[in-house]
Amino acid sequence: MAEPTRAIAGSDIAERLGRVPEAVVETGAISVTVAPEKLVEASRFLRDDRDSDARFLNCLSGVDRYDYFEVVYHLSSLAHNHSFVLRVRADHEEPEVPSLAGVWHGAHLQEREIFDLLGIRFIGHPDLKRMLLWEGFPGHPLRKDFMSLPSGKSPGLQRFPKEDPEKWGGEFRGD
Amino acid sequence: MLSNWYDFRDLGNPVSRLIEGLEDAGVSDGWIYVITGLLGAIGILTFIGIAAVINIWIERRVIGRVQIRRGPNRVGPFGLLQPIADAIKLIQKEALQPKVADGFVFTLAPIVIFVPAILAFAVLPWGEQMVLADLNVGVLFILALGSTTTIMIFMAGYASNNKYALLGSMRVIAMLISYELPGVLALLGVVLFAGTMSLSGIVGFQDFYWSWLIFFQPLALLIFLLGSTAELNRTPADIAEAESEIVAGFHIEYSGMKFGLFYAVELVNAIAVSAVIATLFLGGWWTFGLENVIPGWILFIGKIYAVYFIFIWFRGTLPRFRIDQLMAFAWKFLLPLAIVNALLVAVEVFVWTEYDLNAGVVLPIFGVVNFALAGVLIVAFGRMIGAAYERYPKQPMMYRDIDVPLPEPAPA
Amino acid sequence: MAIKTEPIVVNIGPQHPSTHGVFRMRVTLDGETITDAEMVIGYLHRSMEKLAEERTWTQNIPFTDRMDYLAAMTGNMAYCIAVERLAGIEVPERAQYLRVIFAELQRIASHAMANGTFINDCGAWQTPLFYMFREREKILDLFEMTCGARLTLNYMRIGGVAFDIPDEFMPALQALVDELPDRIDEYDQLLLDNEILLMRSRDIGKISAEDAMNASLSGPMLRGSGVAWDVRKGDPYSIYDRFDFEIPVGHNGDCFDRFIVRMAEVRQSLSIIKQAMVDIPPGKHCAEVPLNFRPPEGEVYSRIESPKGELGYYLVSDGGPFPYRFHVRSPSLINLSALREMVIGQSVADAIVTLGSIDINVGEVDR
Repeated sequence: MAEPTRAIAGSDIAERLGRVPEAVVETGAISVTVAPEKLVEASRFLRDDRDSDARFLNCLSGVDRYDYFEVVYHLSSLAHNHSFVLRVRADHEEPEVPSLAGVWHGAHLQEREIFDLLGIRFIGHPDLKRMLLWEGFPGHPLRKDFMSLPSGKSPGLQRFPKEDPEKWGGEFRGD
Repeated sequence: MLSNWYDFRDLGNPVSRLIEGLEDAGVSDGWIYVITGLLGAIGILTFIGIAAVINIWIERRVIGRVQIRRGPNRVGPFGLLQPIADAIKLIQKEALQPKVADGFVFTLAPIVIFVPAILAFAVLPWGEQMVLADLNVGVLFILALGSTTTIMIFMAGYASNNKYALLGSMRVIAMLISYELPGVLALLGVVLFAGTMSLSGIVGFQDFYWSWLIFFQPLALLIFLLGSTAELNRTPADIAEAESEIVAGFHIEYSGMKFGLFYAVELVNAIAVSAVIATLFLGGWWTFGLENVIPGWILFIGKIYAVYFIFIWFRGTLPRFRIDQLMAFAWKFLLPLAIVNALLVAVEVFVWTEYDLNAGVVLPIFGVVNFALAGVLIVAFGRMIGAAYERYPKQPMMYRDIDVPLPEPAPA
Repeated sequence: MAIKTEPIVVNIGPQHPSTHGVFRMRVTLDGETITDAEMVIGYLHRSMEKLAEERTWTQNIPFTDRMDYLAAMTGNMAYCIAVERLAGIEVPERAQYLRVIFAELQRIASHAMANGTFINDCGAWQTPLFYMFREREKILDLFEMTCGARLTLNYMRIGGVAFDIPDEFMPALQALVDELPDRIDEYDQLLLDNEILLMRSRDIGKISAEDAMNASLSGPMLRGSGVAWDVRKGDPYSIYDRFDFEIPVGHNGDCFDRFIVRMAEVRQSLSIIKQAMVDIPPGKHCAEVPLNFRPPEGEVYSRIESPKGELGYYLVSDGGPFPYRFHVRSPSLINLSALREMVIGQSVADAIVTLGSIDINVGEVDR
């Protein structure tokens, strides 16, 4: 009979991560917040430990919480059929998070996307550059302070601040 | 034999009467030669012109039927004016020529590539006296023409000054050269069996022994058919114009009517090869006596289109080979088979002529033996050299529930 | 004397001859073999994640069709299930059965298109594609009968489905279900023994089970490599735990295995539809959801098995009418993680075949 994937409780994750010293900063209901310096070690531990066996990275998402950025990792084990949630906080001015591309290959493209849309730099990523938007795009759209189309304003080029041609090695034609 | 000039079952009759009339009128032999040559050429060019136009329609409708849809049916009744629409579209397009391309060769290539295709029709017998040039090395002539097409494709690719065109044309040349060998050896079997290289002689052989060569040389037909599919750049061997690969072929830089000429020459080539197959293996104009009722050249045209239909059928059904798989197919599969076939035919002909056996007894035996050996060779040899793909499991494993094993514990 | 050769960089350009959409791959060739491949995406980026933060939860449902536009039902369903988990809404039984029927029909249609275009990439001039499109046409006619659209369906709602099925739906579905097994047998007969197809796709684009799991692949890519994982069995959503079906798993991890896994999944979808058709109860087709729907604060990550892989939604709510964060875990984007490793060392023709077998949908890759 098929059972749904068990979401491992936050305290349980903290207990498992007890083997990695000073990893857990905060414990939530089903997630733990991990210190950024210990992130790679903690995730490698969760991946290699036979009881946790988090070999599958489900999703890597970034959230802009006004004061800080948060990167949420959903891991799961296909063998044990349980799932973990890890979080990392990053500063709002210069957000930097260690990259997990060495631990799970599936983190490559997702981290590039978060860098592209939210501006969080991933230290140690082999090829961190913009993916969905072009090089030279001003700003990071998914941040809460990047205006989309505020009501009252008419659409037009005033939406985007002036682009920097040096970033993409070109020039404006017919400006 | 000289029958009435209006006996259009053999168009050689009115021409012979014309020659007689001109000789009586005292015209010199040279002029008679030129006049009859011109008449024949005009006839053949008419056929080629009409065929090139009709073939577009036939190909698209038949492929449409293979793909359970109708082909073109908007332009004219049953889409019959579609080729004319295509021709008009190609003519009115701008024939771009890149500035860095070699202009003279670039323009020359599509024109010159038509020449071998048309020349091949000169040696085909359309009726008992309807041969434009009754060469006694007809088969050799046709094979040589097939080889000259290769250099013209290279001209087109090289003159484009485009590295993808060059790469594509080099691939095509490698492919064309590799597929000539099995084709030549297959036709060697036919020539040995019939005893003559002249095409009208081969049709005469089939007439004399009252059967088609396909009954005695199935392996040669198969090898030649597959070899020609590659020579014509048709699927399954159409890497030259493979759309879903980036190196799009030697005619990548051509547009407008120059491209139209490449397109047309592909169709005319297909007709030429179908005509050769129909002549050598299916008896040409001779059809078990039916040519006394229906003119032989009409039956010949019917046979041409029957073989062409097989080419279209291949195109509609089969996926495409990769270039290295294509070469492996030619060198490892077709060539040994062709050599074995030639050897077999040589032995048979030797036995037949040396012991002067009665043809009516010996030929059916040869036919049966050849068919049996063809089947055995193809199956056994294919199994032997083919990769064991057919022995891989074809159905996936079915699981009732998820089952992911834990990784092996690392050795301590 | 050594000949100096230099690698050339070739663009498998955004205008792709095969029908995958605007996807660009820059490969570095050394002769005929690929030494490096880099993919460039973003040509279809429509910033749906940002736009969704300014529209209500129900107004975001049409966005979910347009991401994977070839599998709109499953896109809708993933989002609706995520929101229902976030807000704790119970879906009526009839709506659950209708959702399952339509999701499986969509899976058949999407796999028909995926397999057809895969064989198109192998070089067959669209003949199998036309044959498979017969079934897809009938399925799209069923969709049009129910919700008025063929492609961007917008059929599921938070709490159920939008409309109940009309009277002529069930007979038409029964006719389709009766005729489909013969058709699938016909395709098996035409394609599985085809030597050229085997030569083009066997041992091409191989990826092992370990690498597949590490690269977060999902769907037929993961199952083709031998990992027996399906979200419908492992983490059953909706009422999938009531149905009796199997999951096909490949042996080798190459393109041909993914092809046969998709064909087998079509058969399994058919059996699920037959079971659902028998058991469907009468009732309401949608739960009562208030017009100013505001789920409580919190977040959820919920996933379903879409035809392309594991489609997940990470939704964060702050108690307002709009989502705070709308993140799509798109299977096509993540399945592309493995592309570079699969393609290096092969020739360009094989790269095209591999790309076709991953079955991406650029709408989902770029969002």
